[in-house]
Amino acid sequence: MKNNKTGMTLIVKTITRLTVGLILLYGIYIVLHGHISPGGGFAGGVIIALSFIHLMLAFGRETALKKLSQTAASVLESLGALMFLAIALLGFLGGYLFFNFFLHKGKPFDLFSAGIIPLCNIAISLKVGAGLFAIFAALILFKGSGKEE
Amino acid sequence: MELQLLLLFMIFAAVVAVEVEDLLSSVIAVGAVGLGLSLVFLILKAPDLAITQLVVEILCLIILIRATIKKDLPLLRDGRWLFNTTSTLVFIALFLIFAYFALKELPGFGQPIMRVAKEYINNGLEKTGATNIVASIILDFRGYDTLGEATILFTAVMGVLAVIRSVGRIKDEK
Amino acid sequence: MSEYILCLVLFCIGLYCVLRKRNIIKIIIGLGIIEYAVNLFFVLIGYRTHGRAPILAKDQQILNMVDPLPQALVLTSIVIGLAVTALIVAIAIRLYEKYGTFDITKINRLKG
Repeated sequence: MKNNKTGMTLIVKTITRLTVGLILLYGIYIVLHGHISPGGGFAGGVIIALSFIHLMLAFGRETALKKLSQTAASVLESLGALMFLAIALLGFLGGYLFFNFFLHKGKPFDLFSAGIIPLCNIAISLKVGAGLFAIFAALILFKGSGKEE
Repeated sequence: MELQLLLLFMIFAAVVAVEVEDLLSSVIAVGAVGLGLSLVFLILKAPDLAITQLVVEILCLIILIRATIKKDLPLLRDGRWLFNTTSTLVFIALFLIFAYFALKELPGFGQPIMRVAKEYINNGLEKTGATNIVASIILDFRGYDTLGEATILFTAVMGVLAVIRSVGRIKDEK
Repeated sequence: MSEYILCLVLFCIGLYCVLRKRNIIKIIIGLGIIEYAVNLFFVLIGYRTHGRAPILAKDQQILNMVDPLPQALVLTSIVIGLAVTALIVAIAIRLYEKYGTFDITKINRLKG
């Protein structure tokens, strides 16, 4: 089994092609159902970051950076942080920080219930996922200034 | 009963991680401690924490293995090894003795004083509409702490990108 | 009571590793073990015998739940621990590139 490009062997590449989309879907499911079942923004964000890291480990750096470049990761992370801050500051309408400004809270166990909690989960998952992918890309692609060995 | 067995397994894996000389083996042993901790969270009825600890442990292992790719020379023992080790062990034994007296003041294992949590459990569903009480605590009742935590993550990402950035590119062309 | 003692023994193993080892990667591993022990201690305090997980179910009235407040605090602590570990590993990689070794007794230049 020769690998004709960078990355790992053929078996790993085939399995990665089949499962990486499912891992991303599972992470989005855990984020969106954060107010009904266990999980939430932090765990879902880390799972989304892990799917991109899986892509980078199996196929090499070029393929993964084409899907999500380092500039795009920085922009997404700042977007997530700004969205969270905006939801917090909108509470000044009611006089408190983090005021739940939806008038009726919906039925329990629905997907669109519980006020601002799903929006906060989405913002946090964007921030955590993009930030951890940026950390990983910087650490693995570190080449140094060539003074090693 | 299962709780004590899992804690003993974690202690054994931690001793292996501390004493083994090969760096890759000790990183794998730390991974075993983290997975055992995830199982303990499940026994203590905390499913949110079990999911988060499992995925965070996997990411931490990947980052640590990246750091151990470098080879290093084996370290020799320096002088005064006996004195240093015995003084550390004496200090740790003193710490454990005083901690035992402090732990007697806590309420017994299994009977928590839930003065604040009673309000959150009783009024949680009607005030926020979420059925996951831990999510409603971290995002609605105590949202300010989550804002601080998002700031810490942002600062850590900026710190890593600033440390790793290659400096002095102009000097290399000489 | 015995569970608290075992958790503190885990903390002491991590503390011994931070104090006595000379390799930077071993110190990072010791810090990781200390952080696991502290998170475990928090969740142990909030456990209730024969309690249920703090999630409501349909058409059921749950009377005894475990304490959800320490779980909310530990949830953020786990992710912060990951960020701190990543930062300290980045500093260790930079140190290796500059000094050529992981030994902390040889890394003693204050400047440059």
